[in-house]
Amino acid sequence: MSLLEFSNVTLKFGGLTAVNDLSFEIEEGEVFAIVGPNGAGKSTVFNLISRFYNPLSGSIRYDGHDLLKVKPSGVAAHGVARTFQNIELFEHSTVLQNLLVGRHRHRKTGLLQEALFTRAACRQEIKCRQEVEEIMDFLDLQAYRDKMISGLPYGVRKVVEVARALAISPRLLMLDEPASGLSVEETTDMRWWIEDIRRQMGITVLMVEHDMGLVSNVSDRVLAMADGARLALGTPSEVQAHPAVVAAYLGRAS
Amino acid sequence: MRVVFKTGYMQDIRPWKDGYQLSLYLVLLVAVCAAPWWMDDFYLGELTNVLIWAMAGMGLMLLTGHTGQVSLGHAAFLAFGCYTNAVLIEAGAPFAIAFPAAGILTGIAGVSVAIPALRLHGVYLAIFTLALSVLMDDIIVLAEPLTGGVGGKYLGDVSIFGLTVGRWTTPDRFFWLVLGATVMVTLGYINLLRAPLGRSFIAVRDSEVSAQAMGVDVSRAKTVSFALSCTVAGWAGALMGMYSGAFNNETFNVLISIQLLLMIVIGGLGSIHGAFLGAIVVGFLPQFLSIMKEYVAVMFKGGAVAIPGLETGVFGMILIGFILFEPMGMYGRWLKIRTWLELRPFCRKDMFKRRKSYLKTERLR
Repeated sequence: MSLLEFSNVTLKFGGLTAVNDLSFEIEEGEVFAIVGPNGAGKSTVFNLISRFYNPLSGSIRYDGHDLLKVKPSGVAAHGVARTFQNIELFEHSTVLQNLLVGRHRHRKTGLLQEALFTRAACRQEIKCRQEVEEIMDFLDLQAYRDKMISGLPYGVRKVVEVARALAISPRLLMLDEPASGLSVEETTDMRWWIEDIRRQMGITVLMVEHDMGLVSNVSDRVLAMADGARLALGTPSEVQAHPAVVAAYLGRAS
Repeated sequence: MRVVFKTGYMQDIRPWKDGYQLSLYLVLLVAVCAAPWWMDDFYLGELTNVLIWAMAGMGLMLLTGHTGQVSLGHAAFLAFGCYTNAVLIEAGAPFAIAFPAAGILTGIAGVSVAIPALRLHGVYLAIFTLALSVLMDDIIVLAEPLTGGVGGKYLGDVSIFGLTVGRWTTPDRFFWLVLGATVMVTLGYINLLRAPLGRSFIAVRDSEVSAQAMGVDVSRAKTVSFALSCTVAGWAGALMGMYSGAFNNETFNVLISIQLLLMIVIGGLGSIHGAFLGAIVVGFLPQFLSIMKEYVAVMFKGGAVAIPGLETGVFGMILIGFILFEPMGMYGRWLKIRTWLELRPFCRKDMFKRRKSYLKTERLR
């Protein structure tokens, strides 16, 4: 059984069809990339999985569950983590606190236990921090640990977002343009991290990315979209050579 | 600058940075506890007033400073707490039950308001809560059999486990009661902020979209925050009623709501220190002004003149000054001064210049 199944999903905003009868499946343990020109509906697919939008028709199944029955805040509880295209970090908190919010779905204490900070709350807090420190070590964030997000450079913020998503301990990690705005070195780092996330942590990765170098290096399968519909699906080289994809990016030879 | 070498998780979890910081706060606590012995009754009363305001400020700080929901209606909840406490005591309930119940009932009232109110965002929420504050005045008048209407109510001395506590008869005991309640609320607040719930409030304040993606139920977090905020406001209101002794429908008017909000802005939004610093300004400003007026009168050899609206005017000027020059409030300014002193002479000129924030994802609503 696939981890995530999109079947015949359609979403319209007024007269604009953002996602048009889209079907695809993501297998557990793969790196799946979505590419396409601007406005192709890639981020909309992410927002559909995050349950920010309700599709007009079709179904989205995650690990055998009907994802459309899950509340937007319940998606994380199923182990789906995401990053945002235009970084959405908690600006006035430190890197450490941002990552700790990622552990929210593992909260087991109630209001009273937290207000009194009982032993259970304290134990939970220590456990939280162990997990978070490991993620910080993994992504080389220790140097920024106690820095405020509002003072961090763009490249570091991108990594903090990935770290925060990993703090959820997800099964499916969705990265919305992880390499946009990054320098060549930072993009290379990101590439190794994505590979390690898949190999060491066994997390399935779904990503939207424009950098074809990164896409062809890390992804197992690529979905090419244009105008909300599927153009091609296959290995990176298959998709890059597909005539419809070439036409969508470069135009048709007349 | 002191840099702590961290070797254990508890060093991050405990609320103090190191022993030095902890000892500073303990010295402060001991000095304040001993206030009845080194302060005369007038200043002790003023200090009590500051502590009550600080408590009300913490209530609003949790909602506005940490969850990002503006409320211009907290005087309504102060009134609710005050009247609940008084009515329960008159009905014969001992203070040890009436006082906690006043807060909890206010919290429940808060939830019933929060469920419709928190569908609103930003300025609309402010208008809604402002209306609430205006309404409370009329509700108190209409509920005359319970509240005494325009004539108001009088709450005298109460008995706590056999000890008589009153604002005028035993100012020291009343001070300790207020101090105890304030310390308890502060500790609970600190604990919440280092636990998942407090962090989820801050997450909702900074980015609702990503809070949701992290698994925070945004509307639930807002409702819980509103409830806690109202609970604390209810306790503060109960103490305010005992402090003033007599109160009626106009004691907790809209101006109190606005003053409360301005207080936490001046103190510094998003910090517990801010609530206390703001309360000190609000509490001591009238006294400070009247003392200054005497000096001015002596200086110009004239008689003492009454200037109507002087207090409100000065308060407004202070607020404008803060919004223009230090939006982070007194606590934010103090942090900058402290950092500057610690780093001296290695500070850069633009060290605290606010950086441009990057493009944000468009809001979903």
